[in-house]
Amino acid sequence: MMSEEKIKKEYERIESLSKNPQSTLLAMLHFIQKEKGFITEQDAEYLSSISKIPYSKVKAVMTFYTMYNLKKTGIHHIQICRNLSCHMAGAPALKKIIENELSIKEGEVTPDGLFSLTEVECLGSCGTAPVIMINETYHENMNEEKLKALLKELKEKNENTTR
Amino acid sequence: MKILLDKISFDIETYIRNGGYLAIKKAFSMKPAEIIEEVKTSNLRGRGGAGFPTGLKWSFIPADKKNKYLVCNSDESEPGTFKDRELINKNPHSLLEGMIIAAYAIGANEGYIYIRGEFAKEARILEKAIYEAKKKWFLGENILKSGFSFNIKVVRGAGAYICGEETALLESIEGKKGQPRLKPPFPAIVGLYGGPTVINNVETLATVPWIILNGGKAYSAIGKGKSSGTKLFSVSGPVKKPGVYEIELGTPFKDFFENQLGGMKEGERLKAVIPGGSSVPVLTAEEAMKVTLDYESLQSAGTMLGSGGMIIIPERQCMVEALWILARFYHHESCGQCTPCREGTGWIEGILKRILQGKGKREDLNNAKEIAQNMMGKTICPLADALAMPVISYINKFEKEFVYHLEGKCPLCQK
Ligand SMILES: Cc1cc2nc3c(=O)[nH]c(=O)nc-3n(C[C@H](O)[C@H](O)[C@H](O)COP(=O)(O)O)c2cc1C
Ligand code: SF4
Ligand code: FES
Repeated sequence: MMSEEKIKKEYERIESLSKNPQSTLLAMLHFIQKEKGFITEQDAEYLSSISKIPYSKVKAVMTFYTMYNLKKTGIHHIQICRNLSCHMAGAPALKKIIENELSIKEGEVTPDGLFSLTEVECLGSCGTAPVIMINETYHENMNEEKLKALLKELKEKNENTTR
Repeated sequence: MKILLDKISFDIETYIRNGGYLAIKKAFSMKPAEIIEEVKTSNLRGRGGAGFPTGLKWSFIPADKKNKYLVCNSDESEPGTFKDRELINKNPHSLLEGMIIAAYAIGANEGYIYIRGEFAKEARILEKAIYEAKKKWFLGENILKSGFSFNIKVVRGAGAYICGEETALLESIEGKKGQPRLKPPFPAIVGLYGGPTVINNVETLATVPWIILNGGKAYSAIGKGKSSGTKLFSVSGPVKKPGVYEIELGTPFKDFFENQLGGMKEGERLKAVIPGGSSVPVLTAEEAMKVTLDYESLQSAGTMLGSGGMIIIPERQCMVEALWILARFYHHESCGQCTPCREGTGWIEGILKRILQGKGKREDLNNAKEIAQNMMGKTICPLADALAMPVISYINKFEKEFVYHLEGKCPLCQK
């Protein structure tokens, strides 16, 4: 869970720039997620209590948008595009490589908490397919060699990597 | 002829050196109604997918009302579409300048750019551009002493294709689930926070400065017939040179494919073309070679210009699998409000998966088409149609490939 003061401070900042409390919601959820990679029930409850947005509404929004992770993710959250252009450019083979290299399946987190893998829909970068996104960074025109080098580099970084 | 990607300007100094922000000065010397007239004359149609005439859309905004909004749709989540991202990366100030002019024309003092959550880098580019424009007094209070005030806020989405639908987008800005609203009332009357609102695509808005500087007539002279101007096409698939291209509407596909895209990569053969994003009916290679890239020609070929998200499909790609990937997408992205869409997209995905796995039955093909027929025109937004139309076109045009799967011998899938 994220420190409550931090959430409160950001909420006050964003709220002062917004029309009403509800319209801060997407930005607040992004803020909470950026810190730890996912959003806990406690964070959401706390946000509801300071903003007076009913918890049911916070929950509805959290579950509607696919970018919000409600379960723990790895320090390096890998999202691989599964839509048509990436598929034709070899995304399924790249997914297998990631699964083999990390010994996890789609939807899982490595035991050391370093990596997680999830499939996503079109990332709006089809001209440089296949595309993989790690946290906020796009990795375009991927191939086996580049992917393996990237995974190796990330593995070698220590756990304090900022997301 | 290039308008949008003619000159690349990452920062405001370069943009100004390239003639940027002259159009707002000219605009402020005109009456709002004159600007709307100029845009009508240009024949500019919305570049987000639906192709609605832009000047006409602006003219629906009541002149006397307060609390009006201008919203830029930068959700760009339609598979195959990546043009707005390129425009924001290469020419962000053209969008801001277009927004200032549009806002002045409709009398909006607040603007929003709604950008898909994954485009974190592009959101930062826009924030920086807004900061630069404010410092030069192109945004903010009493812009260039014109008496007109306008501010722009960037709002990030969070992963939902449906938020590209304009009323779902408004809901999302308001901090709600992105579920499309029932229309009427239309956003021009009751839009964001209840105020009259214009929603336009990035590319549409970025075209406006050129029209103001050069005149609507000059713009309408570019292109072919009623399809005026240039259009960005984002091209993916195994062609030699995929990427974003700005071309004059009316360019023959064959010329574009051979001369600009460089044809297919070595060892690939062209089978089919999705001309305007995953929601539009597919063309066979033979059909594609006969069309020109404009609203009318594509419509008479039974498809649409859409967003300009062109996906080139090679011979080696099984069409059953391609359609299943798209059905899975629409099912995943249905917001669930309307039964025909929520259930229909799921049924179609299920049927296609069964066929793909060699467990399909002959009647599945007609069933899928019938479900698709029954989804069309019965829902709150066109997402249901966006799957239904491709289903019918893929099965009709590539029936042979579906039959291979029914017989368990698709030469393209070694499954
Ligand atoms: C499911 C769905 C998704 C859409 N996605 C987008 C999008 O990502 N970007 C966009 O500009 N328009 C999108 N549209 C079209 C918008 O609803 C709207 O027509 C458009 O933003 C209007 O701008 P324009 O007139 O400048 O094209 C979508 C429509 C639907 C039904
Ligand atoms: S058609 Fe589908 S996506 Fe559109 S409002 Fe209805 S359920 Fe939602
Ligand atoms: S299909 Fe993968 S980025 Fe568009």
